[in-house]
Amino acid sequence: MDYVLLVEQLLNGFQLGIILFLMAAGLTLVFGIMDLVNLAHGSLFMIGAFVGGTLALATDSFVLGAVLMVPAMFVIGILLETVALRTLYRRSHLDQVLATFGLILFFNEATRLIWGPEGLVIPLPNFLEGTVALGAGITYPVYRVVIIGVGLLVALGLYLLVAKTRFGMLVRAGASNRTMAGALGVNIPVLFTLVFGIGAVLAGLAGLIITPITQAATGMGEDVLILAFVVIVIGGIGSVRGAFIAAVLTGVIDTMGRSFLDLLLLLVLPANAAESAGPALASMLIYILMAGILFFRPQGLFPPRGATAIQ
Amino acid sequence: MRKRILGAAAIVACISTPASADIKIGFVTTLTTPAAVIGRDMRDAVELALEHIDHRMGQETVEVIYGDDEFNAQKGKQATERLVLRDNVDLVTGYIWSNVLLASAPVVLNADKLLISANAGPSPMAGRRCHQNFFNISWQNDQTPMALGELLNQEGVQTLYVVAPNYVAGQNMVAGVERSFTGEVVGKDMTVWPSQRDWSAELSKIKAAGPEAVFMFYPGPAGPAFVKQYQQAGLIETVPLFSVYTFDSISLPLFQDAGIDSVLGSKMTQFWAPDMDNDQNRKFVADFRDKYGRYPSFYAAQSYDSIFFIKSAVEAVNGNIQDLGGMRAALRKAEFPSVRGTFRMGTNHFPIQNFYERRVVQDAEGNWTTSVGPVVLENHQDPYAGECAMEG
Repeated sequence: MDYVLLVEQLLNGFQLGIILFLMAAGLTLVFGIMDLVNLAHGSLFMIGAFVGGTLALATDSFVLGAVLMVPAMFVIGILLETVALRTLYRRSHLDQVLATFGLILFFNEATRLIWGPEGLVIPLPNFLEGTVALGAGITYPVYRVVIIGVGLLVALGLYLLVAKTRFGMLVRAGASNRTMAGALGVNIPVLFTLVFGIGAVLAGLAGLIITPITQAATGMGEDVLILAFVVIVIGGIGSVRGAFIAAVLTGVIDTMGRSFLDLLLLLVLPANAAESAGPALASMLIYILMAGILFFRPQGLFPPRGATAIQ
Repeated sequence: MRKRILGAAAIVACISTPASADIKIGFVTTLTTPAAVIGRDMRDAVELALEHIDHRMGQETVEVIYGDDEFNAQKGKQATERLVLRDNVDLVTGYIWSNVLLASAPVVLNADKLLISANAGPSPMAGRRCHQNFFNISWQNDQTPMALGELLNQEGVQTLYVVAPNYVAGQNMVAGVERSFTGEVVGKDMTVWPSQRDWSAELSKIKAAGPEAVFMFYPGPAGPAFVKQYQQAGLIETVPLFSVYTFDSISLPLFQDAGIDSVLGSKMTQFWAPDMDNDQNRKFVADFRDKYGRYPSFYAAQSYDSIFFIKSAVEAVNGNIQDLGGMRAALRKAEFPSVRGTFRMGTNHFPIQNFYERRVVQDAEGNWTTSVGPVVLENHQDPYAGECAMEG
């Protein structure tokens, strides 16, 4: 196996991990701090793609569209939280699942009505097209490098926000022990709304940033949502650091499985069986990983300090 | 309480269709999810065909009731059950997806009704599981890729990389190309369907393998996404991309909007193209473009054909659609004006027809479309026909 392919696949896995991280960061905060199972987080991913894409087409600039998408998603997130989700905090998880599943259906149909069944295609500006040589014979699409860069910047920004600011301190306090934080005078409702707004921006960014590669389509968030749940369970619910490490781990394992598992199986199975078992097994890998981690560390790899496994 | 009953009655009244027409045809396709663009094309073609025949087959009035498979085999089966058991349709047609058709076929066939696939042509239905009441009006899945394999041979391609989704039709497409391609397949990836929309891992493998050409099959909106990534990976200039069922009137406007002009000239194989020269096709394409403002896809062409196909049989039995033997005999003759020109029905009830080279071109008005080229496989029968032992 030559190392160029290996490095490229690592980059591919890393890039998938970045997308998963952007989704999982918001999800883990919402789940960890508010104890809200928000299935509609995938819808925010989709709305980010459609709204950001429309803004990009309207302004004729992908970068400007992405910048404008940030306040738009923040407002949409805050509206969603105050109008629909706020009433669910005191309900059971099952009620939350039902209500947010309803929101998924609502948002899917709404985007279909507004943008039509064919979805949305966003062209990239010329400077993001094509490939870039990374040295040692490795060429990689420019845009995927940009995705990795943006993701790392966001991760750094989130780290600084959560670890170094007063707001971050409150978020961490909320994740560790919501009741105690409230008793100490933290304005929990405002904190919730702001956290949800940030989560919406991150999910929207993930949706928009992947759209020039995959196109925007109704229901595009659901598959990512499942992976994002896997990520936050592996990483420890409520932990942004855990979400980052688990997202990269998930992305790399998934990509590596898709790339090399069929070759490995060829060593022990006949060609036909390896060809059909390879993809099937590859798509199971991350769930096997999750099951393994849940078995040995039910609270995830990096649970927030003081938090229990099951809240 | 009374209000609730009235409400329920109103809902029931909305759902149930009036049994006014003499002949009821069930049409199962995808009307929701991103793949609904295909279903829309098929429904538009059926509506155009009904207009063209004035909603009549012989003396009988005809009505089409649509069922939505939601791009899902289980939901497709349920939609079929609703059409057969609740709406009591006379026959069922449509079906984009092979897996949906395979799940739904027993429902129709066990009810002793005719089933006509307007798109899906999975190998079991052509071979071991062929049935006297099942007909296909499109093609068997292997045939178009077999023609493509032959085209690759003619182009002198020696090494090929194959990428396709891992479901019945994807496997059939790959099997078809491998059946006729005489060079070496240097790599093969079967990807998760329908969820996988990012092919970074596969594209890296293609780059590392360095084949002379790539064969891919991604129907519906997945196709443009794949080609875009193929271009972003810098492959489109160096490794020519051959495909089946990927560049059509549904995907080409998306390519055009996205400015991916490297797809112009891209080659594929197919049994039909919008510019095929016969009366039925000219009328179909012109009126379709007039009415809907876009080119019809091959899905639309087949759906349009399916209505005329059924009409020919209904007229042969003088509207007595319960005469299944008579209907079958007429369908086996396939004497109707098809948009693909003349063809025969094989013993397994799949068409024996020509497959042509087809290219992506720009028409006189600047729209991207496909244009028919020379015949690649003449009067071609699918390879499973021999496995079909049909009674009756």
